[in-house]
Amino acid sequence: MEHIPLNFPFLAAALLVGIALYIIIFKKNLVKLIMGIALLASGVNLFLVALGYRAGGIAPIYTDAPEGPMVMSVPQALTLTSIVINVAVLALMLTMVIHIYRHTGSLDSEKSRKMKG
Amino acid sequence: MAALITHSPILIIAIPLAAAFLTIPIGMASRKARNALVIGSLTFVVFLVFALARDISINGIHLYTLGATSPDLTIPTGFMVPVRIILEVDGMSIFMGIIWSIVSLAAATYSLSHISSETGQTRFYTLLLLMVTGGFGMMFTGDLFNFFVFIEIASISGAALISFRTRFADTQEGGFKYIVVSAIASLMILFAIGLLYAQYNLLNIGALAQAIQYTTLDKIALALLLIALAMKTGMVPLHLWFPDSYSVAPASITGMLVITSHACMYAAFRICFTLYGGVINAPVVGWIIIIFGLLTMFVGVTMAVFQKDVMRFMSYHAVSQLGYMWVGVGVGLAVLGNTELLSTYGRDAMSGGIFHILNHAMYKPLLFFTGGALFHYTGTRDLTKMGGLAHKMKWTTILYIIGTLSISGIPPLNGFSSKILIYESVYQFHPILTITGIIVSILTLASFTKAFHSAFMGAELPEYKEVKEVPKSMIIGMVILAAGIVFVTLFPSLVVDWAIHPAADALIDQGAYINAVTGAIP
Amino acid sequence: MLSKIVRTVTNEFMLFIAVFGLYIIAHGHLTPGGGFQGGAVIVSGVVMLLVAFNYQEVRKVLRERVLTIMESTGALIFIALAFAGIGAVFFYNFLVGTPILGRIPGPGPNPGDIWTGGVIPLMNLAVGIKVAAGLSAVVLALALFSSGGEAEE
Repeated sequence: MEHIPLNFPFLAAALLVGIALYIIIFKKNLVKLIMGIALLASGVNLFLVALGYRAGGIAPIYTDAPEGPMVMSVPQALTLTSIVINVAVLALMLTMVIHIYRHTGSLDSEKSRKMKG
Repeated sequence: MAALITHSPILIIAIPLAAAFLTIPIGMASRKARNALVIGSLTFVVFLVFALARDISINGIHLYTLGATSPDLTIPTGFMVPVRIILEVDGMSIFMGIIWSIVSLAAATYSLSHISSETGQTRFYTLLLLMVTGGFGMMFTGDLFNFFVFIEIASISGAALISFRTRFADTQEGGFKYIVVSAIASLMILFAIGLLYAQYNLLNIGALAQAIQYTTLDKIALALLLIALAMKTGMVPLHLWFPDSYSVAPASITGMLVITSHACMYAAFRICFTLYGGVINAPVVGWIIIIFGLLTMFVGVTMAVFQKDVMRFMSYHAVSQLGYMWVGVGVGLAVLGNTELLSTYGRDAMSGGIFHILNHAMYKPLLFFTGGALFHYTGTRDLTKMGGLAHKMKWTTILYIIGTLSISGIPPLNGFSSKILIYESVYQFHPILTITGIIVSILTLASFTKAFHSAFMGAELPEYKEVKEVPKSMIIGMVILAAGIVFVTLFPSLVVDWAIHPAADALIDQGAYINAVTGAIP
Repeated sequence: MLSKIVRTVTNEFMLFIAVFGLYIIAHGHLTPGGGFQGGAVIVSGVVMLLVAFNYQEVRKVLRERVLTIMESTGALIFIALAFAGIGAVFFYNFLVGTPILGRIPGPGPNPGDIWTGGVIPLMNLAVGIKVAAGLSAVVLALALFSSGGEAEE
């Protein structure tokens, strides 16, 4: 564990957010857009959990806890709330994509556009 | 009664929430009971909001700490910073709360007839009450993460309501665009909250405002927050989703969505003035807001001139009017550091912008409701197909005329009062802002007159023989808003002294907000 | 509908998954877990049932009206528990110190006593019921859509 630089979780979170933004901007398939938003949510959640880490810390639970300093527990609560909210958002988006597919027969965001101008 | 006022901030948020979940079993039993529950709970909330507004004007900022032993105990014994979720209601918050309560009551009354032919109406009212909860939470909270939760509640219910009529294809597309934009904006807000928490270990706005230093990470957080909130209010160049979503929703929901975008604008002001108030580089951020506000005003009205769909036409005008508010408060932000200019024209510019929020919240939902009334019996939103409807729909015509004169800034209606306040104060800052505002006003009047001729004037068309006046509850919903317009028209200086100037002063005075949280004694 | 072996094993396992989910809900104030996590585990059991049997069979057992009523009941119990503390403040933990779930543990690491926490385990239970019912309804609706049906009602 000592050989991994301390910045590694933040670099991973930045990579996830970067890939997700690339997918959201450049891909045309609606289901890929939803996957991009799920990846963006994962990147932000990883960032939130990683910022609470303290070197050498243990999990912030008092039941049968070993010795040592604890990592911060508030970002873990924020992450849980964010996960719950993103479940609802993703379910709603999937339902809308199913309806769009039924009405227009295509999942391409260029072909299923009805409103212009 | 005094206990009711002490607990009123959380009651205003919790009563629509409880009513939303009570609607489901009661709606399975009886339709009339469910309608009575919805209207009754929203009326009680209007009463509570006005009682709280009177209390704040007498006693100052109203705090409420959730879960403590008494509502004022913000810092528990042995701690140095606030650790609980604190609701902090000052002049600006209760101003937005008054607007939201009146518009949601009007929208719920309008919906009683407008969606009476849909299936699944119980779920509609549940989602509407959840959206009301989300809106009030956004306006009253004093905690950054609590704000994120409530903005998500409002966005998810709003998107579900936009795509409620699943038999049309464009409603699904509009709802999808709304939820995608909201999800991306909320994740950006969460990222910024993470950045701020990592440095200062605080989530409370008042305590954070005291501890903040303007490091590079803070600047990144400010940029992320402002871009995310501008995305949600439809500022140019992030406005392309706005007309698509607002034109296909049921008309009552569009009225409520307009106020939700006002609430996001309120949050941007809260962040610029209260959270970063002491350390922000005020001229730079102010000028950026002013330039994008000007672009928004201009692009909104030029795109609106050639629209054929009546609701899309009104959504572009909503984009343009939101630009007025950004310019007004942006001028106030640009002179925030300079006390002499602030007292000369800065405070007046901010008052003009905030007054325009009130007026826009009265006439814009009214115009959307008349658009929905046009759609209700004719079945179409296309202006080229409508004609001669003034013969049958007399009430709708009169209310549409009131809305048009208001939005174009014709004296003596309320739109004129706020626009003249903005024009006179920003002229002293830079003349080009006033000139652009006047040109945009003229174009607004032109396009609304064209739409009026197209839809209402002319001979009666044969295919609209069975069109009659819309049902009573829709008229009552529109009359509630028109009564608000008439009140502000007749007593503008009363409204400015009692509601607008306290709100502007609450934004400028960062110290009172911080002292309420950190200096409170149990 | 998958083969007989899969259907039999799924029926057996659903009991264990339900018990595991309820364990996570009930011990939410001592170990990682709580209302949402336990409810999500129970919903994963429902998804397992949907994969093994087809949608029509599962719908006979999990009717939509029952799920809707359970969901609103969970939410109303949560809000009622929050309102019950309004003698002091909304959300006040009024059960601490009382004989119901009111024992106060000492500071620092301890073996974990389940009869502590006050109103928190009860709120965990309400949220668990709501999440289990709500997410099951979502999963069933998506299964209905993908098998080509239209929404009744």
